[in-house]
Amino acid sequence: MSEPLPTPDTGSAPLKGTSRRATEARFAVFWGAPPALWQAAFFLVPLGFLVAMTFWSVKNFRLTPDATLANWMFILNAGFFRNAYVYTFWLSALTAAIASVAAFPAAYTLAYKVSPAVRRFMIFMLVVPFFTSYPVRIYSTQIFFSPQGIINTVLVPLGLGPLHVLNTPTGTVVGYLVLTLPLVVLLQTFALANVPRILIEAAHNLGCGRLRTIWTVIIPSARIGLIVAGTFAFVLAFGDYVAPTYLGGSKPPTLSILIADQVKSGNNWPRASVVAVMMIVTLMVVMLVMIGFAYGRRKEKA
Amino acid sequence: MSMAALRRLLLLAYTALVFAFIFAPIVSTIVFSFNADRFPSLPWGGFSLQWYEAIFADATIQRGLMNSLIVAGVTCVIATFLGFSAAYVDYRYRFLGKSIYLALAALPPTVPVVILGVALLTFEGRVGLSGTLQGIIVGHVVLSTPFAMALVRMRLADLDPDIERAAWNLGASPWATMFGVIVPFCTPAILAALFLTAAVSFDEFMIAWFVSGVNETLPVRVLAMLQGQVSPRINAIGAIVFGVSITLVVLAQLLLGRMSGRAARKKG
Repeated sequence: MSEPLPTPDTGSAPLKGTSRRATEARFAVFWGAPPALWQAAFFLVPLGFLVAMTFWSVKNFRLTPDATLANWMFILNAGFFRNAYVYTFWLSALTAAIASVAAFPAAYTLAYKVSPAVRRFMIFMLVVPFFTSYPVRIYSTQIFFSPQGIINTVLVPLGLGPLHVLNTPTGTVVGYLVLTLPLVVLLQTFALANVPRILIEAAHNLGCGRLRTIWTVIIPSARIGLIVAGTFAFVLAFGDYVAPTYLGGSKPPTLSILIADQVKSGNNWPRASVVAVMMIVTLMVVMLVMIGFAYGRRKEKA
Repeated sequence: MSMAALRRLLLLAYTALVFAFIFAPIVSTIVFSFNADRFPSLPWGGFSLQWYEAIFADATIQRGLMNSLIVAGVTCVIATFLGFSAAYVDYRYRFLGKSIYLALAALPPTVPVVILGVALLTFEGRVGLSGTLQGIIVGHVVLSTPFAMALVRMRLADLDPDIERAAWNLGASPWATMFGVIVPFCTPAILAALFLTAAVSFDEFMIAWFVSGVNETLPVRVLAMLQGQVSPRINAIGAIVFGVSITLVVLAQLLLGRMSGRAARKKG
């Protein structure tokens, strides 16, 4: 399946030409085939199966292979799906915007205002949450915002509370930020650190103020990385189940909650599959649009 | 000058605030896991290990932990092998459809886990894998292979392709070159990949939740406990889970740090 790079003629090699070629081919297949086979069997096929299942039907509580559009018609016309779709999209976009804005000063500080050793340590710190149980972090956040929680015990005596965050869209967004903010700060820091210092110094030397330098030099130069960071935040929030369930109180439900409900209790897998396929299509469109946005404008300028 | 100092101070304070938001949930989990009070609030109710005793006496949690360790242990070996293979193929070969090959290997983390979970559940139901630990492992390998691939590929980027060719010229077979040159050179990245993929699997809850059935892993157990009432036992589990994952990630980082340090010294 794959062609090795041309290797220099080996003259006195102990292996003869043809057997050497056979060894080479076996070698290439041994390393090349397993990842492709595994991901095809357990990633591509299940996703294909998911798409096929959207055309199946449920008869007498049993899944039956079929070629019906009924599931699509039902979901796309259902008010609860449309509401959940708009709600999920809006909250994810809002999260991407808030995370991008909130992360920027921190990324700016890490990229320009601290020593390389401190930066490396902070980057390591930002990787840690990515690998620590997200449901447990959401549980902690839930405790923070609960009526007798830490935040309200501090705010209420000051006359600033009580805050009602749990079981509201605000709670969902707070949870999305717990999920996405570390990654956005991380990606923005990389993006800003890669802006050529000489551009920034040139701007300063030419008398460009700090804010203007950020706005006209740093942000345009780091544009691709900043857009990628925001897009990742959107993608993560759009697919998240935990924050809208435990901080948002499932009301109104997001798309991932619809899927989980249909599969876990409703047992209507074809309908859940339609929702899932709609989510994948949406994410692909969003990613393509954002990539076009990131690279397209740049070409225009060049 | 003092303006600049003030600006720097404000930026540092803001950054500290962002880090506080990110780390408050992690720190409070650990702190309140040792709290004697039932409800985690201020003031602190005194030191206690009762929640740890409670979870170690709970058979469902023990089983969950065992399942998680088995799944993570098997997943990390398979995912690291597959990730290494894919990275090596990317490093060594050029062929038609290579970008599709690489996309197939690298894409799974961009698909929401809730969707991977449903897709694997419907598929595994057909082939008799659903409800088994093997079924969870299969999904975790799909999800974590790209991480292993990225780590090994980064390492291979520092290996001069001429070294491999020199070995062939001297008559070494591709297998001898692989195990005499490539694998030893990649050892730190391979170990880092083992730790990181184990951490990904150990913390994954969505695929496991859909696929596991009665064979719950620890994060799935936590998810079930979240549906109940406030319980400091979740903090105790959380603290242990954090401890395991952070250890794995730190080990991976140390290996990578040594790797990049050596590369920097070589260049410098």
